[in-house]
Amino acid sequence: MNQIIDQAEAKTLLANVMNDAYPDARGRFGPFGGRYVPETLVPALDRLQSGVDRYLRDPEFLEAFNAELESWVGRPTALTHARALSKRWGADIWLKREDLAHTGAHKINNAVGQVLLAKKLGAKRVIAETGAGQHGVASAAACARLGMPCTVYMGSVDMERQAPNVGRMKLLGATVVPVTSGDQTLRAAVDEALRDWVSDPNGTYYCLGSAVGPHPYPYLVRELQSVIGREAREQILSAVGKLPDWVIACVGGGSNAIGLFHPFVKDRDVQMLGLEAGGTGTGLGQNAASLAYGRPGVLQGSYSLLLQDQDGQIQETHSVSAGLDYPGVGPEHALLMSIGRVKYEAVNDDDALAALAECCAAEGILPAIESSHALAGAKRLAQAHPGATLLVGLSGRGDKDMPTLQRTLLKGAV
Amino acid sequence: MAARESIGKAIGSARERGEPALVAYITAGFPQRDRFQDVLTSVAAAVDLIEVGVPFTDPMADGTTIQRSSRAALEQGVTLKWILSELTVFSGRSPRPETPLLLMSYLNPLLAYGIDRLPDDAARAGVAGFIIPDLPFEECDELRAAFERRGLALVQFVTPVTPNERVKLLTENSSGFIYAVTMTGTTGKNVAVPAEVLEYFDRVKAISPVPVCAGFGIRSREQVERLAPHVDGVIVGSALVEALERGDDPGVFLSSLRLKK
Ligand SMILES: Cc1ncc(COP(=O)(O)O)c(C=O)c1O
Repeated sequence: MNQIIDQAEAKTLLANVMNDAYPDARGRFGPFGGRYVPETLVPALDRLQSGVDRYLRDPEFLEAFNAELESWVGRPTALTHARALSKRWGADIWLKREDLAHTGAHKINNAVGQVLLAKKLGAKRVIAETGAGQHGVASAAACARLGMPCTVYMGSVDMERQAPNVGRMKLLGATVVPVTSGDQTLRAAVDEALRDWVSDPNGTYYCLGSAVGPHPYPYLVRELQSVIGREAREQILSAVGKLPDWVIACVGGGSNAIGLFHPFVKDRDVQMLGLEAGGTGTGLGQNAASLAYGRPGVLQGSYSLLLQDQDGQIQETHSVSAGLDYPGVGPEHALLMSIGRVKYEAVNDDDALAALAECCAAEGILPAIESSHALAGAKRLAQAHPGATLLVGLSGRGDKDMPTLQRTLLKGAV
Repeated sequence: MAARESIGKAIGSARERGEPALVAYITAGFPQRDRFQDVLTSVAAAVDLIEVGVPFTDPMADGTTIQRSSRAALEQGVTLKWILSELTVFSGRSPRPETPLLLMSYLNPLLAYGIDRLPDDAARAGVAGFIIPDLPFEECDELRAAFERRGLALVQFVTPVTPNERVKLLTENSSGFIYAVTMTGTTGKNVAVPAEVLEYFDRVKAISPVPVCAGFGIRSREQVERLAPHVDGVIVGSALVEALERGDDPGVFLSSLRLKK
């Protein structure tokens, strides 16, 4: 575990978090974040920044955004009492159902907000990266809805394991560009999207899919995704009459997690747990758990925790879930961990798949493999805190995972 | 004399000869790690400045050529530590090679090496300065100050989309020279050098207190001829890496770009 912040500093940073001080003017979440990009992108990020400052406060923009969320995305999404899992696991488990959002995952909240913003900023085309394909599908759908050309970069490894989503993106009118450089997964797709953006910083809008990247993306994505936590907080208060003991989410880049966590950060009695991809083990290359095993560094625009070797080279990662298979993590999570406000743990491939199977059988819900990491985390917490009220972010549905599930859970099944 | 002053001096002497300074980029240890000294020697003999590229797994400002050379170097175990030890050997020869050396690196390998030891170790290896493509001016204070204390340059970038006030800020705070990117895009493409690009270089030159070197996509003598009246230096990277890839003599290729022999 990395200890770059001492206790006294952690106390100050925590107080700042409670006062909504982050990101600061330099785009920092404490020591993390910032804006590490080639000079070509600086004016584009400045423009994005002023667009974010203006439109995220503009009642007309917010009205348009909320109208799309309600009538097209299908918000608010349900909060489901997982009765059978609660019984089996011995805690009171509530699922925030982002799998019910249009296109099947939380990614749509961010995509529709950013494509609306892209139009306001006068962009001529939108580009996006995707890992699991959910952000690609969400961007393609939002672009179709709002009338924008869309290009999606996707690693060739991911195109294979998330094949159903590739066809969906194409049907929705997007151009899907296979990325064969680097590790051919999400990280390489981000690199390629950044290269595209550098080539046309004025006309192209980069719709980044997670709470990562240079400032203002981590902030923008958090703001657009916080609808998850705002709804869930109200829903659980009215269903249970109190706030949950724990809020739980899976963490790839960290967008669904920050969206769910953010509205609970100031609720001091609410504890939070983020689950990263533990893959097949704790060694470098066996997982994608940057918070658990990473060290600070700069990748793809921000200073955060990274899976890297001693020479600062970024390591290939492994996870059964494409959406968590990323060697970095959003800077705000790095801060929330360093100051102890949120706990982060890893869940390995097998436990995630087992939780997926349990959720299917017990609740009649097929969760995404990403989201199943959160379920496995909830199961662990339930054992440690019997009877606790657990709010679990079910970030997406698992239809896209059928190729992987055929190879794993369904192998040998008739 | 601070190490960084050798950069301006080298560019100045090329100017006096009546041609733009020729700056070569090579990926350290490419194509073969054990031939690095030879490559350095022949490139140094043919150019005014050398940028030694530290390979990185995620070179976001680079096109396919430098992605390939970076990967090949990493696969052979090239690290910043190894590069500095090789440069120490190179700079320690007598007579001491005159061509100033710059390190071109993405930020993360430098952070991993340790910002506290990097300036000293680089200076000892004969490095005159740094070029860091993912470190914009707003994030560079700490490093710039550390390099400055050791007499090392930190070269800033400007691009065709940089507004004039920012060109002023960046050129005034650049040391050695200002790296003027020819186009919006990654390294390696072929640039046509249309009239508006020349206007952009004239604009930068009029503002900049430091020499202006044009880079990204320069691969032919024709381009160098067209750029010569508008810049103080030209930077050749991907085209040189491709020559090395083909097994060509880098000296021959680089000489073909020289306006004066
Ligand atoms: C369903 C689902 N959950 C979670 C994630 C992970 O992303 P993040 O950590 O940004 O929420 C993804 C990414 O593709 C996803 O598709």
